[in-house]
Amino acid sequence: MSDAPNPSVAALRARFGAAVQRSAVVSGATIVWLAPGRAHEILAWLRDAPGERYDYLVDVTAVEYRDRERPLELVYQLRSLARNVQLRVKIELPKDAALEVDSVVDLWNGANWLERETYDMFGVRFRGHPDLRRLLMWETYSEGYPLRKDFPLRGRFSRSEQVRRALGADLSAHYSMEELSIAEAYDSLPAEVRERLAAGREGGKS
Amino acid sequence: MELTDPGIPGGGGQDALRSGFVSPNWVTARLDDLVNWSRANSLWPMAFGTACCAIEFMATAASRFDLARFGMERMAYSPRQADVLICAGRLPFKLAPVIRRVWDQMPQPKWCISMGACASTGGIFDNYAMVQGIDTIVPVDVYVPGCPPRPEGLLYGIMMLQKKIKKESVFDPSLRVELLADQRGLYLEPAAVDEVSEPFGNSVHQTRSA
Repeated sequence: MSDAPNPSVAALRARFGAAVQRSAVVSGATIVWLAPGRAHEILAWLRDAPGERYDYLVDVTAVEYRDRERPLELVYQLRSLARNVQLRVKIELPKDAALEVDSVVDLWNGANWLERETYDMFGVRFRGHPDLRRLLMWETYSEGYPLRKDFPLRGRFSRSEQVRRALGADLSAHYSMEELSIAEAYDSLPAEVRERLAAGREGGKS
Repeated sequence: MELTDPGIPGGGGQDALRSGFVSPNWVTARLDDLVNWSRANSLWPMAFGTACCAIEFMATAASRFDLARFGMERMAYSPRQADVLICAGRLPFKLAPVIRRVWDQMPQPKWCISMGACASTGGIFDNYAMVQGIDTIVPVDVYVPGCPPRPEGLLYGIMMLQKKIKKESVFDPSLRVELLADQRGLYLEPAAVDEVSEPFGNSVHQTRSA
């Protein structure tokens, strides 16, 4: 990869001006920092504008730096499958304010679990997310957000308390009934699978 | 198992056989020996593989190391038809109630092998998400060290378990008592859980920040 910035940066600056805070090229990868308030609008443009077409959201994650005064950074890794181009978008969230940003699930469906994981690990709340629950830790986990720098490596509770809470967890409380049931997904199954299930329900051929 | 001489007047042995006192078609044995011999040699494992140890477990079960030689012909995959729970791999807190339920569903007599460093002690995962030794959740009979243990290591652990089983008594009901959770919901004293969960080896040099 060359050190020339991705041409999307110039296009972003021309269109959104100061909402594009700064940009950098690191190891050949272009990074662009966006203002939190306008990030959703700009990401939507990056997805839909004819010259951009970043149709694939590779990852959503966050970075908290060792230096306490630095803001928490949200990272969106975008990829245009059609043009074979990547762009990394970052949003800085100051730690003295609420860690909130607009969800991009309405733009990329795949952001659903990525944002849930970021919420689980960093405590960033995504406005407008359809189902913002913990993903990796169980839902009743109450020790905080494990990847934050102020989180102690071994957790906040004593080991016996952690074991007690883990054993006391209600298994069925970890997952909603919708997640455990495929009944609602029936209509979205392929026709062939639907046929097979229907046959099984009647007790007929397999 | 020891086969005992039926105690024929006149010395027994070959003389008794020849004289027709004893049929070669029957032997006597202690009930303990007989029961333990059959139990030890038909252990059905309930595989609980969570990590790389499970790969070594699969190798142990496959043809090169052939777990079936030790009577573990059949993988149970149903706790209701299993004798020995083999936890192969690290156990996160999220899985703790699951392995406990699997253990509770297994009928007596039952045993447990903790395979690998992580299942036995938490291993390198001395962090917020990992159970520091499954013995805080279920009672363990044999610990197999290693990261992961080679199949020979697991087989050695299984042979140790067989040795242990052969020393049990079918008339000792205390061996078959189900240990229930206390009113706090723990199977060990909280102090004991904290004690076994402390870092060890090189980890003691890490600071506990909170």
